[in-house]
Amino acid sequence: MSDLTINAPREKDVQRAGKFVFWAGIALLVLWVLVPIWFLFINAFSAPAEVTSFPKRFWPSFDLASLQFFWRFQGVTNALWNSVRVAVLTMILSIGMGAPAGYALSRFDFPGKEFFRVLVIMTRAFPLPLLALPLAVMFIRTGLDDTILGLALVHTMLALPFAVLITFSLFSGIPVELEEAAWTLGCNRVQAVIKVVLPLALPGIMASAVFAFVISWNEVFAAAVLTIENRTLTAFLLQSLNVSPLPLKFAGGAALVIPALIFIFAVRKYLFAMWGIANR
Amino acid sequence: MAEIVIKNVAKHFGAFTALHSVDLTIADQEFMVLLGASGCGKTTLLRIIAGLETPSEGEVWIGGRRVDHLPPRARGIAMVFQNYAVFPHLTVFENIAFGLRMAKLSQTEVDRRVTRTAELMHIEQLLKRYSGELSGGQRQRVAVARALAMEPDVILMDEPLSNLDALLRLEMRAELKGVLAESKTTTIYVTHDQVEAMSLADRISVMNGGYIVQADRPTEVYRNPAARFVGSFIGNPPMNFLPAKPDGAGRWLVAGLDFDGPNARAAEFAIRPEDLHPAESGLRAEVRVVEPLGPHVLVTAQVAGQPFRAIVESDRQIAPGETLTLAPIPERIRWFDPETQKALP
Repeated sequence: MSDLTINAPREKDVQRAGKFVFWAGIALLVLWVLVPIWFLFINAFSAPAEVTSFPKRFWPSFDLASLQFFWRFQGVTNALWNSVRVAVLTMILSIGMGAPAGYALSRFDFPGKEFFRVLVIMTRAFPLPLLALPLAVMFIRTGLDDTILGLALVHTMLALPFAVLITFSLFSGIPVELEEAAWTLGCNRVQAVIKVVLPLALPGIMASAVFAFVISWNEVFAAAVLTIENRTLTAFLLQSLNVSPLPLKFAGGAALVIPALIFIFAVRKYLFAMWGIANR
Repeated sequence: MAEIVIKNVAKHFGAFTALHSVDLTIADQEFMVLLGASGCGKTTLLRIIAGLETPSEGEVWIGGRRVDHLPPRARGIAMVFQNYAVFPHLTVFENIAFGLRMAKLSQTEVDRRVTRTAELMHIEQLLKRYSGELSGGQRQRVAVARALAMEPDVILMDEPLSNLDALLRLEMRAELKGVLAESKTTTIYVTHDQVEAMSLADRISVMNGGYIVQADRPTEVYRNPAARFVGSFIGNPPMNFLPAKPDGAGRWLVAGLDFDGPNARAAEFAIRPEDLHPAESGLRAEVRVVEPLGPHVLVTAQVAGQPFRAIVESDRQIAPGETLTLAPIPERIRWFDPETQKALP
């Protein structure tokens, strides 16, 4: 009885402290993500003179001089165009290979299915730097070095596991009966997939394509190692980081982050679904 | 003309045998119901006929053509699924037209058939809607219309009414019977609901543990179960069973009473609850529970230590604890072999 009266206020304190830690943790995580984006945002949309000034204003002055400077900088448009081409090719390759694999995983039982699923994820277990050197040697031998296709192949390797797993969960969510109904109504297997499964899976496939695009868009290591002339934007910025003025860095950073952010935001529902978080 | 012949069909899933060498012939335009509890193999058999499952052994013939190696689309069948399988990305019109377009029919023919089947199923006002905008009953109608529009030789139905609520089920049942009789197709209908089976079927195949136990007209299945399982599965409440002791040639002693029976080494006595009536002499039943059902009263009792049910007229007051004397109608008594579980003549 006396224990209870002594413990009661303490428990309350513990609860309150726990709540504080919980919310402080959330705040920290949110700031961790948002503060760099905020810096990027205000510096990219401010005049070059303001970039180096202190204190910062909360809202940028929306002076486009930095971005104009970035746009006119030697090689930027070319690098941007390379980035787009590599990312689009990555998108096509990873969906072109990932979606059939995802379909097979969701619809067929075959020996080694579980092993294959593990293997798909295992491809992400090898650090890229480890692979980059042998890949570079191989690419030089086959003539794939410094090409859009070569880099897209490496990016496809990075994006493929996600493409397989996202499309696997997508196809698993489409009842088999719909396909069976299509078979009884005159379709063969391929026709049933084209007429019934693909229309239903299309939004999700688009989402996983966008995700592949973003992975390629943001990838810097392979891009820097495997290209010289045909640099993507990330590799280009990395290369010219030391020699470029601060406004250029911020404008370049914004050019990389903003499309990725917009794309990911647009497909967040499907990515949440993949990670097992309820749709919101 | 689409007679269906199933010869010696078996299906194994690994070590599990879902179907043991089933033989069944379904006549042209017959309404055959496959009835059984879940896991009895009825859906597996239907899916083998549809071509959605390959048999491990045996042959399937439809309309004089062996089809077990053919894909579903080449079998002249249409199927209605338990969860309806209405395509969510297509309108009701396009759902019904789906198979017709696959068959490359002309637009006028597609229009004609969709309109006709939609009218038949009373969904002509829903043709522009998507399945997300339909109720369960409406989806069911779309699924049936989609199958009928194909004008198939055979319609296969996998528990089509089990997801509907009770009242709707009753309504759809009557409607289905009318529509299917008119369409002159052969129908195979899978259900676990014996009332549905009784009311729809020309013939019922009662299935248990991967075997067809009895395939006969509904009244035959009800009145003359070929096996103890059929009697215990069909009827609500099911048949009563009592052990019998031999009492001379063709005579059997059941709960202290003497009955005429089969000439056999051992036998079990069986009677349906509604084939009993209170009388001066009969089986002595200790009443446990009394449930009034309106015109009748369902009495749950014990006879010779065995659970025993009777349905009697409600004109007499019966109380728990009382002892009733119940006389079976002699020509309704059935006998089963306790070893083989088969009916004795």
